[in-house]
Order: sequence, then structure tokens, then C-alpha cells
Amino acid sequence: MSSIAVKKGFASTVWEYLTTVDHKKIAHLYLGAGGFFFLLGGIEAMFIRIQLMKPQNNFVNEQLFNEIMTMHGTTMIFLAAMPLLFAFMNAVVPLQIGARDVAFPFLNALGFWLFFWGGIFLNLSWFLGGAPDAGWTSYASLSLRSEGHGIDFYTLGIQISGFGTLMSGINFLATIITMRAPGMSFMRMPLFTWTTFIASSLILMAFPPLTISIFFLMFDRLFGSAFFDVTMGGNTIIWEHFFWIFGHPEVYILILPAFGIFSEIIPTFSRKRLFGYSSMVFATILIGFLGFMVWAHHMFTTGLGNVANAIFAVATMAIAVPTGIKIFNWLFTMWGGSIKISVPMLYALGFIPSFVMGGVTGVMQAAAPLDYQLHDTYFIVAHFHYVIIGGVVFAILAATHFYWPKMFGKMLSEKLGYVTFAFFFVGFHMTFFVQHFLGLMGMPRRVATFLPNQGFDLYNFISSMGAFFMAIGVIVLLVNVVVTSLKKERVGNDPWQDGRTMEWALSSPPVYYNFKQIPLVRGQDTWWIEKMEGKDELTPSEPLQDIHMPNNSIIPFFIALGLFIAAFGAMYNPLNSVGDGHPMGTVVLILGLALMFGSMLVRSIRDDLGYYIPKEDIENDAKGGKVS
Amino acid sequence: MNLLDQKFTPQTWPEHPETATHEGKNKFIGFWLFLAGETVLFASLFATYLALKDSVPNSEHALAADIYSLELVFIMTAILLTSSLTSVYAIYHMRNYNFKQMQLWFFITVLLGASFLALEIYEFNHYVHHYNFTFSSSAFSSAYYTLVGTHGAHVCFGLGWILALIFRNQKRGLNLYNAPKYYVASLYWHFIDVVWVFIFTVVYLMGILG
Repeated sequence: MSSIAVKKGFASTVWEYLTTVDHKKIAHLYLGAGGFFFLLGGIEAMFIRIQLMKPQNNFVNEQLFNEIMTMHGTTMIFLAAMPLLFAFMNAVVPLQIGARDVAFPFLNALGFWLFFWGGIFLNLSWFLGGAPDAGWTSYASLSLRSEGHGIDFYTLGIQISGFGTLMSGINFLATIITMRAPGMSFMRMPLFTWTTFIASSLILMAFPPLTISIFFLMFDRLFGSAFFDVTMGGNTIIWEHFFWIFGHPEVYILILPAFGIFSEIIPTFSRKRLFGYSSMVFATILIGFLGFMVWAHHMFTTGLGNVANAIFAVATMAIAVPTGIKIFNWLFTMWGGSIKISVPMLYALGFIPSFVMGGVTGVMQAAAPLDYQLHDTYFIVAHFHYVIIGGVVFAILAATHFYWPKMFGKMLSEKLGYVTFAFFFVGFHMTFFVQHFLGLMGMPRRVATFLPNQGFDLYNFISSMGAFFMAIGVIVLLVNVVVTSLKKERVGNDPWQDGRTMEWALSSPPVYYNFKQIPLVRGQDTWWIEKMEGKDELTPSEPLQDIHMPNNSIIPFFIALGLFIAAFGAMYNPLNSVGDGHPMGTVVLILGLALMFGSMLVRSIRDDLGYYIPKEDIENDAKGGKVS
Repeated sequence: MNLLDQKFTPQTWPEHPETATHEGKNKFIGFWLFLAGETVLFASLFATYLALKDSVPNSEHALAADIYSLELVFIMTAILLTSSLTSVYAIYHMRNYNFKQMQLWFFITVLLGASFLALEIYEFNHYVHHYNFTFSSSAFSSAYYTLVGTHGAHVCFGLGWILALIFRNQKRGLNLYNAPKYYVASLYWHFIDVVWVFIFTVVYLMGILG
């Protein structure tokens, strides 16, 4: 087994990706699948903005608008933002801590395939009788009686992809706890690894309530239970609580890794170590902790009472403190640094003011009395797009440019990158800034159209034009990816010259076993320390020896496929409330589960000991494959 | 040297075989993290059960105090707690490199777990036929069956898991490859036992007394 590229056929490449357990290849899969769903969600967003471009527009009808609006939110959160962040976590975190892979490579692959099949299942709703139409929050009072199977696609699809997310979360936690190289203490870990760690612990604590509430909704709609049916003693507020006990930490699951990405980019291009490292770590932990204490601020108007509202209002405002610490630390990192402008740095510079704006409107909504005014208006839409796009999407785009050379060995075009940034940044502010005013003027969100002459016309038009700018930016990015893939020119280990963390000490892309010898970590910003001492590689912590690697496996694909098949069976089982059940549904459900559990059993009883790469091969690689 | 071919005696067998290898250590940490997630999952089910307890459409429906019988549940509790004890014996023998005794005690654990499950099925059947207390009859019944049923499904999965381990390794004895597998299975078994203690208290005792 040598890493020196052997020309492979198309089929064997496909097979390699179907069976891979290598975190770097799984990162490619997440990037590809997450990017695909990002484009789908983007097209849905364009449909929304075209419909709202002018008053009383008929581009789509009300039902279709509800479906598009629901799928836009659901797709972007569950199938685009999170998987894209997982792509970068997979690509970078094991390298940053000096590990050869994650703790559970098999589970890593399983997590991806569950996400993938869940996402496909959800989107098949478009072809099988209509998509979910109750908003991404799918409040039970609305979704319980939704006609057709849309909501069932939502519950089953999100359930499957949620299992995958939970597994990935556990995997990253275990990886960061057990797989750090000698000397990599917790307080030397790069910030992206830290934020991945905290975001993963949020996944671990926040996804089970979502799993449970989705089971309730699924049981109510498909198997005749009565959790949310008020006439049977049920209570729909339970859904709201569980959804937001998951939903609010989810916001931090997205934004913390984004913070981590910017905490890597800003020091790199300021050529200066991160200001206030330990306060950054502390702020991350505090945000994660407080993130669980604030879910009811989404429910101020539900009627929980003044005491509950006051407590949750204060807790919410408290989150602004650690977030502010982070903002100032980034500014102080740049202060006095030798700043080099590049595409990733430009996104970082755009992120700070944009995200602060989103944060400030967040604190406004935290004031419960004001929230009664703002609730369910476009002000809310403006707020969360400012934090999600201004924070998460900017981070994803920045990381795409920043880590592309490390993931694929080629540099994305800087010129086209600037074009994308210009269109996307301007378009973003055009689209969402005016929505603040639409919200303050009382335009309700999630409504398919509006009447003319209420002062909404111009702002909606500006907003829609902004959306086109963003779309142009994304198209230029796609062109950039294609152009870059066709380029022959490959980059060296440290293409940005100023890399600080260990991933930049390895070839681009790294060999499949990452490190020929596990490195010795002598301080924070490990690679920077070595470079400053004039070295061109990391200090090893072990002699050159045989390397133990995990075997590839197709089983994760089949476990996830089994669940995918079972979901169809559950949807068309005879008890379903839509009334189109069929006894075959039960059979398919059982067959799907049998495939899943059968694959798990095969995994359990077949010995999988991995294999060893002999050290002679590693020496050969080091001589032949080294790129300086 | 691969893990399956390594031969041990009780003297050379490590004191903590479950964490003696790197993979074992990962499994150990990862499984505890998984149990943390499971804890939140059951906490959500308990919260829902408490919120919907005795929440029925009209007075013709049975309430908690009408249907639960402590005698049966007491026997079930005793059986499940004992099965936790027998799995401790099994792990004790694993630590002493006594494969046959370990297999035996795990098998006893499985038998006890199966009898627990049989009693639970009898209990559900009894509720359905005597009180017309079905999954669909009220929000209360849905919450009850989902909480207790999820626990039952966990017991069922645990039985299959431990049985698979017993049969798979019957012929080849204990090694550092399968010791962590047995160990995390026993952790899982303890976890579902702890969940049952809460079900016994929150569902049954509080159902009758409170």
C-alpha cells in the first residue's frame, strides 16, 4: 500500500468513497453533499424572494410557498450548514491535534451516510406528494393536521440525519479527548478544535430532545398516539419546549465552529498569535453552557408567564458578554498585527461588523416586552440571517478558501474569490438590512404575499435584488471550483505561508496516514514554533514504526440504507393518519430494520482488526511523495 | 502481533483489559459519552410522562393509580436488579481471565433480562385487555408506553447484543479484542438498570402514591 497516486478508474473511485473510513475523504463527502443541499436551499431562497419581489405576486401559490419556505429553513440548517461545518471539522481537527484519524473511523462513515440518506429522504418529498409545510420549527399545533405526507418526510428524514449528527458529535468528543498527540494539552489546542469540542458536546446534549420530540410527532401522525392531540389530553407546548431545547443550542452548534474558523484565519493573516487565548476558550465554554439556559426566549409570546420570561430574558442577554469577549479578542489580534488581505481574511473582516449587527438585534429581542412587538415579523428573519449568514455562512465560505488547498492540493482563485465576496457581501446586506424595517413596520414572516401601498413594496424589491447578488456570488464560487479543479498547479505544505497549526506542516493533501511519526507538541501554535526555529518539519514523538490503520467498510452505507428503507415503510404503514396506509408498509418497515440490524450484526461478529503499513513503505513515501 | 493471537495467563492478563488497548480506551470513553446522550433522551421521556400523567380525554379512561400493581413491578425490579449483579460477576471473572465463568454469568444475565421482558409483555398485555389502556387511548397512555416501551426496547437490544457476544466468542476465549466489547455491553446493561430504577420510582411508586 503506497500513497503515491495510482491512476484509478471511475468505478474504483466511487467504491473507495462508498467504503472509506478516512476522515479526509469523509470531509470531501460532507463538502460535496452539504454543498449540494446548500445549492438546493439557495434555489428555494431565490423562489421565496422572487415571489415576494412585488405585492400580490403569483410566482408560486400559497401552499407551494409554505413548502418552499419550510424546506429552505430545514435544508439550510440540517443539511447544509451543519454538514459543511462537519466537512471542515473532519478535514482539519485530527490534523490539528496530531492524530492519524478520528477515534471511531467506522462511526464517522456511518454518521455521514445517515445524514446523506436522511437528506435524500427529506427531499424526495418534492416528488412524492408534497414537501413539509409547517415551517422548519414544525410546531405540533400546525403540523399534526397537515395534509399529505410532507410532515412525515420531515420527521423521518430529520430523525435519520439527526442520528448521524449525534454519532459525529460523540466521535469528535472521543477523538479530542483520547487522540491528542503527546504535549497537546487542552490549553494548547487550536481554537477550531476547541469550538468543535464544545459544539460536539452541545450536539450530545441537544439532539436527544429533538429525537424524542420527533418520535412523538411521528407516533402521533403515523402510529395513532396522542402526545399533541388536545382532545385526547395531549399538549402541543411540549413540542415547542423540546424543539427549542434542541433548537437554541443548535444555533451555537453552528456558530461556535464558525467562531473557531475565524479564530484560525485572523491570527494566520495578522501573523500574530490569537489575543486572549484562554479567555477565548472560557468564552466558548460559557456560550455553550448558557446556550442551554435560554430556549424559552423563542416562546415569549407562548404565555409562560412574566417570571419565566424575565429569567429567560436576562439569561439571553448574558450570552452577549462572552460573545463580546470574542469580538474584542479578534479585534485585538489584528491590532498591531502585520495584516495580509486574502479571501479568507476578507470574510473575517466582513464577519465582525455583520455578526455584531445580528448580535445587537438579538439582544433587542431578548427584551421580552419588545419581543411581543417583533415576534413573527421580518425583524426576526433579518436577525437570524445576520447571525447565520453573517456568521456561519461567511465562516464556511472563508474556510472553503482557507482549507481548499489542504483538502485538495490546489489553490482556489483569489481573483474569483474577491468577486464572490463582493457580490455575496453586498447582496447579503441588501437582502437582509431592509428586512429589519419591514419587520418594524409589521410585515409578518412566513406569509406568501403582501398587499401594495403599505410601504413594503420598495424594501421587498431591494431585498429580492440583494438575493440575486448573493446568487451571482455563489455561481462565481462554483465557477472558481471548476476552474481550480482543472488547474494542474499543486501547492506545497503551507500555501498561505503563515500557517500556525499542525495541519500546515503536512503535505497538501496529507498522506492517508497523516503523520509518518506522531508529532511532539511543544506549545500552542505548534507549527509556528517549529518554523520560528528554522525547522521544516514537526518534531516527532516516536521512532519511525509500522502504522496501524482501520479497514474500509461498506457496512455504514447499508446500515443507513436500511433505515432509509424502513422510513418508507413507517410512512405508509396501515395506521398512518393520512389514510393511505398499506399492509406492505409494515413489511417494508420490518425489512428495512432487518437490513439495518443485520448489517450491525455483521459488523459486530466479523473481526475488524485493521492493518499495518510497514515502515519501509512510509520511508518510501517520505522520499518520493514529499512536496516542499 | 494481532490482538486475537495474543495469549494470556491469569498472571499476564492486564488488570483493566477493557482499557488496555488504544481502541479499548476509545470505546470506553465513547460509550460513556453515548450514555450521556441516552440520559438526556430518557430525561426527555420522563419529563413528557410527568407532564402528561393522568391526562386523559374523559373520566372513563383509567388513571395511573387504577392500573398499576406494585406486586408485579416489584418482581420485575428485583429481577432486573439481580441481572445487574450477575453482570458484575461476569466482569469480575473477565478481570480474572476466567472465560467460562464470565460466559456463564453473562448467560444468566440474559436469562434474567429475558424473564423481565416476558413480565413486561405480560404487563402491557394485561393493561390493554383489562383496562383498554392502549397506545392510542390517551396522551397519558401514549406517554406511558413510550417511556416504558423505550426502556423495554433497550432491554431487548441488550439481550441480542450480549447473546451475540456470547455465541461469537464461545470457541475462542477472552482476548484484548473482545474484552472491551464485553465491558461496554455490561455498562449498557447497568445503564438500563438505572433507568428502570427511575421508572419504578417515578412511574409506579409515584403513580400509586402521588
